[in-house]
Amino acid sequence: MNQHTANLSGEDAKDGAGSLLVKGEVDTRHGPILYLEDVSVSFDGFKALNKLSLYIDAGELRCLIGPNGAGKTTLMDVITGKTRPDTGSVFFGQTIDLLQMDEPAIAQAGICRKFQKPSVFDALTVFENLELALKADKRTWPTLFNRLNGEQRDRINEVIETIGLSTGHQLRAGILSHGQKQWLEIGMLLMQEPKVMLVDEPIAGMTHQEVERTAELLLSLQGHRSIVVVEHDMEFVRSIARKVTVLHEGSVLTEGTMDEVQNDPRVIQVYLGG
Amino acid sequence: MNLKALGQDKTCTTVLIVLAAVTFVIPFCNLVYPADSPLHFSAYTVSVLGKYLTFALLGLSLDLVWGYCGILALGHGAFFALGGYAMGMYLMRQIGTRGVYGDPLLPDFMVFLNWKELPWYWLGFDHFWFALLMVLLAPGALAFVFGWLAFRSRVTGVYLSIITQALTYALLLAFFRNEMGFGGNNGLTDFKEIAGFNIQSEAVRAVLLMLSGITLISVFLLCRWLVNTKLGRVVTAIRAQESRVRFLGYRVEMFKLWIFVFAAMLAGVAGALYVPQVGIINPSEFSPLNSLEIVVWVAMGGRGTLYGAIIGAVLVNYSKTVLTGLMPEIWLFALGAVFIVVTLLLPDGIVGLLKRRLQEQRA
Repeated sequence: MNQHTANLSGEDAKDGAGSLLVKGEVDTRHGPILYLEDVSVSFDGFKALNKLSLYIDAGELRCLIGPNGAGKTTLMDVITGKTRPDTGSVFFGQTIDLLQMDEPAIAQAGICRKFQKPSVFDALTVFENLELALKADKRTWPTLFNRLNGEQRDRINEVIETIGLSTGHQLRAGILSHGQKQWLEIGMLLMQEPKVMLVDEPIAGMTHQEVERTAELLLSLQGHRSIVVVEHDMEFVRSIARKVTVLHEGSVLTEGTMDEVQNDPRVIQVYLGG
Repeated sequence: MNLKALGQDKTCTTVLIVLAAVTFVIPFCNLVYPADSPLHFSAYTVSVLGKYLTFALLGLSLDLVWGYCGILALGHGAFFALGGYAMGMYLMRQIGTRGVYGDPLLPDFMVFLNWKELPWYWLGFDHFWFALLMVLLAPGALAFVFGWLAFRSRVTGVYLSIITQALTYALLLAFFRNEMGFGGNNGLTDFKEIAGFNIQSEAVRAVLLMLSGITLISVFLLCRWLVNTKLGRVVTAIRAQESRVRFLGYRVEMFKLWIFVFAAMLAGVAGALYVPQVGIINPSEFSPLNSLEIVVWVAMGGRGTLYGAIIGAVLVNYSKTVLTGLMPEIWLFALGAVFIVVTLLLPDGIVGLLKRRLQEQRA
């Protein structure tokens, strides 16, 4: 290390918070873990996202709502690297520029996603699905010679317990019900031990009981992980949300508690199409 | 390797037993019993079976790429041919002064073209170990470069299939040219010796059959282990939902590349075993049609099972031997018909049909 950089890090240490930056660690000293600023995406002239700015705090549980075509899924695509925005910046903590990374790199950094349509691997068993998701060295050779140790096995079994599939962990995922597949995918998210979970329509196809358990699970995770939930079911959103963001035509219409949002005349207008 | 699981799959066990029998019993009977004995197998049978076994190995390697990873590679024959050429070059250099022109260094076709010295890429092929290394490295390197470019750019589906066809066709045209230094359209032939033994002798033929069988069985067991590792499961997952696997943090292109290169090397080994048994390698092995045939073997046997590819390769090639003997002009139509019937009626191939039968019997 040369003198110059040594000086720089020395100054950094004096600077207030006192914690040195660790390369690859997410820096959330200023509160937010996700920063989206002025993000625009257009498809063939259609503006899916229009100068959208959004901040998600570390450990917070945020709900995103909005009518169809408001840009909720596109927003998740941008954060996870599936879609490149035309303009704007997306940062993970203060230092990690997500626009410089591809999907696997973003996933390994700790941003994981559950898709709208449950996407589990039908040909593999419940256990194997979770094993693939397990946080581990995901390069080719280590994967080839990978053997689960006792701790990892316990971790998988623990998640199987959590998602209520203990009796069916040797079943192929293809034969699970829609709701069970949703749960399995949530389980796959848990296996990755993410810092940010993006959860797109988690309760579609679930029974009333399963919905309640999903709400409990998400609530139990807040504080440890940042969670962004996209959901149409307002009753469900009300049951879990502290803070709700309403998207409309590709930008943030308003933010607040569920009550504030529901009484906002602009939100009412957007939903009723008045 | 889970031996218990192996024992439970009856079709798989049967295939292995038959393979072991072909590998050891037929060469033994060929060598030990005299020609008039009912237990004798002719030299012709030995050479045909040896050829089938190398085709089975080729089919097996394509099954990894197509059946497990979902990459419909229509140029897999190119790797087979490259492995074959690497072995052919070694065999050419073994001829030495016994060639028509008697040149100690240059193969006949180079003397004929008035070449004065051996091209640099022929150096080293007088050593058997070097040739064996090239059998793996030449196809592996081509697969690596091609796969690196194609998979990183996320070329998939039909587009990838078309490019693989173009790849093998380009190689076909290149190897046809005399200036390339691979014997032009005549290819490499007139081999005399392999590792110091007369390549024409019946004993060497029998040993080559045995080697092909042993290689096939070992590679089969290796692949079976491979598909049951975590890497195997990632590859299966890629076949189903490539983009989902990326969001789990796996670099899909690296996994595809790994499997593609590994399979190309296996195809090279198959080619290297094939050439000494048929006594010739020429550019027609690069023909796109050959690569399409491999796909038909795997589809007919049942893809994604490994042993299905072996069954398919042997059955289709046996039919080819019989049909081209009886009515040569009808073979291609028969092959096309088989492919259509299999695609429409037997999506899981013969293995799928057998499995269904077994289940019905149990029920």
